[in-house]
Amino acid sequence: MIGASAHRKEGRAKVMGTAIYTDDKFVPNALHGVTVRSQVPRGILKGIHFGEGIPWAEFTIVTAADIPGKNLVASVVHDQPFLVGIGEAITHMEQPILLLAHPDRHLAEKARLAVSLEVEELPAILDIQASLDLEQVIYGTHNLLKEIRIQKGDPATVWERAAHVIEGEYFTGAQEQMYLETNAMVAVVEEKDAQTWVTVWGSLQCPYYVHGALKQLFGLPEERVRVVAMEMGGAFGGKEDYPSVNGGHAALLAWKSGRPVKLIYDREEDLACTTKRHPSRSRLKTAFDAEGMLLALETDFVLDGGAYATMSPVVLSRGAIHAAGLYRCPHVKVHARAVATNTPPPGAFRGFGAPQSLFAMERHMDVCARKLGLDPVELRRKNFLRMGDTMATGQVIREDLDLGGLMDRALAEIGYHDKRAAHAITNQGEGPIKRGLGFSVFMHGCGFTGSGESYLASVAGVEGLADGTVSILAASTEMGQGKNTVFSQIVAEALKVPFDMVDVAEVDTDRVPNSGPTVASRSTMMVGRILEDAAIGFKQALVQQGFLQEPYTADAFRAAVARAVESLGSVKCYGQYHRPPNIIWNDSTYQGDAYPTYSWACYAAEVAVDLDTYEVKVEDFVAVQEVGRVVNPRLAAGQVEGGVAQGIGWGLWEEVTTKQGRMINNQMTNYIIPTSADLPRIKVVFLENAHPAGPGGAKGIGELPMDGPAPALVNALEAALGPLRLDEVPMTPERLMARCEEVANG
Amino acid sequence: MADRITLVMNLNGEERSVQVHPFARLLDVLREDLRLTGTKEGCGEGECGACTVLVDGQVVNSCLVPAIQVQGAEVITVEGLARGGELSPLQAAFVAHNGAQCGFCTPGMLVAATDLLHRCPHPTDDEVRDGLAGNLCRCTGYSKILDAVQTVANGGSSK
Amino acid sequence: MRGFLPDCDIRVPGSLAEALGLLSAEPGVWTPFAGGTDLMVVYNAGRLKATRFLDLSRLAELRGIAEEGASLAFGSLTSFSEIREHRAVHQHFPNLVKSARATGALAIQNRGTLGGNIVNASPAADTPPSLLAYGAELELVSLRGRRRVAYDRFHLGYKQMDLAPDELVARILVPMPEGRSFHYFRKVGTRQAQAISKVCLAAHARVADGCVAELRIGLGSVAPAPVRARNAEAALIGKPVAELPLLAARAALLGDMSPIDDIRASAHYRSVVTQNVLGHMLRELASV
Repeated sequence: MIGASAHRKEGRAKVMGTAIYTDDKFVPNALHGVTVRSQVPRGILKGIHFGEGIPWAEFTIVTAADIPGKNLVASVVHDQPFLVGIGEAITHMEQPILLLAHPDRHLAEKARLAVSLEVEELPAILDIQASLDLEQVIYGTHNLLKEIRIQKGDPATVWERAAHVIEGEYFTGAQEQMYLETNAMVAVVEEKDAQTWVTVWGSLQCPYYVHGALKQLFGLPEERVRVVAMEMGGAFGGKEDYPSVNGGHAALLAWKSGRPVKLIYDREEDLACTTKRHPSRSRLKTAFDAEGMLLALETDFVLDGGAYATMSPVVLSRGAIHAAGLYRCPHVKVHARAVATNTPPPGAFRGFGAPQSLFAMERHMDVCARKLGLDPVELRRKNFLRMGDTMATGQVIREDLDLGGLMDRALAEIGYHDKRAAHAITNQGEGPIKRGLGFSVFMHGCGFTGSGESYLASVAGVEGLADGTVSILAASTEMGQGKNTVFSQIVAEALKVPFDMVDVAEVDTDRVPNSGPTVASRSTMMVGRILEDAAIGFKQALVQQGFLQEPYTADAFRAAVARAVESLGSVKCYGQYHRPPNIIWNDSTYQGDAYPTYSWACYAAEVAVDLDTYEVKVEDFVAVQEVGRVVNPRLAAGQVEGGVAQGIGWGLWEEVTTKQGRMINNQMTNYIIPTSADLPRIKVVFLENAHPAGPGGAKGIGELPMDGPAPALVNALEAALGPLRLDEVPMTPERLMARCEEVANG
Repeated sequence: MADRITLVMNLNGEERSVQVHPFARLLDVLREDLRLTGTKEGCGEGECGACTVLVDGQVVNSCLVPAIQVQGAEVITVEGLARGGELSPLQAAFVAHNGAQCGFCTPGMLVAATDLLHRCPHPTDDEVRDGLAGNLCRCTGYSKILDAVQTVANGGSSK
Repeated sequence: MRGFLPDCDIRVPGSLAEALGLLSAEPGVWTPFAGGTDLMVVYNAGRLKATRFLDLSRLAELRGIAEEGASLAFGSLTSFSEIREHRAVHQHFPNLVKSARATGALAIQNRGTLGGNIVNASPAADTPPSLLAYGAELELVSLRGRRRVAYDRFHLGYKQMDLAPDELVARILVPMPEGRSFHYFRKVGTRQAQAISKVCLAAHARVADGCVAELRIGLGSVAPAPVRARNAEAALIGKPVAELPLLAARAALLGDMSPIDDIRASAHYRSVVTQNVLGHMLRELASV
């Protein structure tokens, strides 16, 4: 079953339009919730005024003073309030202040506009530099949400003696996930036996994050909080941490009103107030010897973390660990900081810090190659990690890594050398179209960073059903990536039964154990492995208790499960994460095995630039990756193609334009994601190399494809246009024109 | 301010009648009044195409159409594509080729693709891209959607 | 969805006369509504001031494409899809076909109308530059009668038009070019499809004896309304196509534009790229 392109489990419901997403849930008697937000970037809330012309008595109104438990969103750091109370600090333009609900959604929206806030405004910090300069202290003592240092050797001993020292500064912009389904929640709060029971159905990646947030918000024990993940219209990290906020809001309104509440964001609100990819600035300094061997690397990596910590500490961690790329280097120093600004907090987005630091590193390698007079292919080839090398954290490469072969395969697929030669001739012509080829080589750590998986200690299981089929019990959610299908394949393989005898249970915290959040490219590799163990345990239990004899047919297995369920009532088997013995990580020194393994890739892009309009067309794109054994090639290819499309968008078009820290192009017509007319066919190649840590040898794949496109594209632009200050994404036509003018104007 | 109207339309082959505000969006009439929630709202500004339905044989964004403009019209939504529980060739191809990932753009995408193949039974890749350019997808990069449409255009053999 | 539905009303007049009667009786109260592709977007965003709408979409008097003398007359309800598919439009006005194809995507093209594109008066609309390049004329109708306005005199400023509150655009008349002529349309949007223009340039020229005998250039997204590039036209008319004064034309074009910075593009980008597109157009003209 592993290795087969099984059809998506929920595919039929999706194509028939019968899959039920959160706003599709029919909720009789529901109120419609809306959120009143601050309209200043920083200040002190002094008062709330309810304007005329609204029948306020009909409304449910929730302010910070109503909150029954803690007014702090449970997250990595508990620093963000659900609502701002009178006398408390407002820290960004979209901060939730109070909540309203009414049976008529049109009236609810009208009422939202009728609330005015009295605020004592304070000067705001709106970008990385202002935050670092401590123009205002807005968070802690130094505006630092998190600081990480990684050191190997000492680069300071190298600069003087190196043949070449090359510095560069690179920037990446915020990016919106733009899942097609906006954030949505339905909440019901019941009072039974003098106790409060909270249930939330929503579009969310991590049911147990929301569960934890609701427990803290209401001060309830875990059995009285229930979270159900509905069908999800995309997430990409955008529904990792934010659902703890809007899930809490929906529940507060339901609790106060005693009625079900739907809290559905429209696109404008979703774009303006929910999380984005962190903007970044990287300063790199590298030393090479006369032959182009990398001797030292120092990077100063800064993320704009917005007003609260949210996921910034862990995004920063992943970004810092990936900052040195996949090159052997004896002396490395990484200084990473996430700084606070008065902007809506960014959060998780596919790649989680790695796309930012890898853009800088892979762009810098091309800049270095030019300065060293070397081909970017050969500079990389000289410096790739190999088996036995150590990474910046001291992690030893234990696999037989052939990054040169991976790179050569991608270059061959795109016809790199022939096309470069052809472009060199055609670009001499007078026409406005110039072509170029560029590539990037990169990795993505699988699963949680460092000891994250040990802390999570995830549990997942399988359950026999009365009809003899098997149900998968895990809190991992389906957001389109194919979890339902891949988990079913892994369990079917372990049980040696047909795919259609296995399905996943509804993700409901009353029913499924905490298999951890659905993030970090961890579901297939980490949860899949736990499920593989659970399935094997399940089968052994059936055998040991005499329900099943090996070898068995599918029919025999089905009959055995049915018999076991009938006689025992319930047949379940759980597995739990076990840290592999050779994986060691020290959180305080940032030394050790940052990830159990990495997925590796080389992406190559061919672009055509029109110098009349500075429009860039991606004419060809090749994505070659080594992700262990591929569980479902068609779904995996879909992950890569979709990730590449997002990466191309981030590299060329997707720009979050802000005013006072607030997104002002918060409409789909003004935030430009690729249409079907903007993308080439993406050629996807998997080099399979089974890894022992994953189920059937699988590694993670979800985020990897986000890391490579941006640097490959910008490197291609330089190949097309010659040396320019191509230091930033998105490299929009406006920005590209400005860079060309810098050269033209000397 | 306006009186409700009795909106009569032929919806997925059935005569339906419903009392609505004349300026209510067709999208809301379908989802809320008729509880056909297959049609999705992705943007409310005619940009994403998730709310695409056919009105008198033409694709429209149902978030931009007031109810009164479909008085007496024939409307087809994603729920009307399968016949008696049997998937249409395009629906089957979307399942076989992984053309639906998160599935949220899928209803609109399928309606648009159905219309495309009706107008242009053997499109080139560029014609498919043009025909579906009003339907944004954030999951697939469109490749698998193109595969699904081309499979049906080329006689339906799913690879 | 942020529009406040309870405040809204929409009427469906049974005839053009009835529609004009309503507009005349309560001038400024009723907002004409056709495909809804502009108004509904603003309504959904909660930014539409108008609440009372007149649904013109069923008025047969405003439909159809027909030859009238030396012109092709478009009913103002002609949809972009109808323009895309009409043989005579393909034959005489390829720029209009390209403009229609460039407007939104198919679902928009099926509903949006030529008349709506004109009276919505967005500087970024894609059919106006082509209409300007073809020397279109508008026929306006009210209970007071019919009158014609040259399209290049219709837009008076940002969202300001030579259109009284009781008037509707009835038809758009576009003179059919005689003999062979040069057509050029280029839109530079934020992406390849479903994009709003950052720059749009349409041109129509007739070449006689190796010289530019006639030329009209329409521009989008570089002024408060769609505009003719009269200065650039003047710099080129009469000049031999083999030696077109590119630099002079580019310089003259600056006098035709007043671009602004907005969230889609900078004024500088619009200015430079419009000049470059003019250069591209002239290279094509020279190679005809």
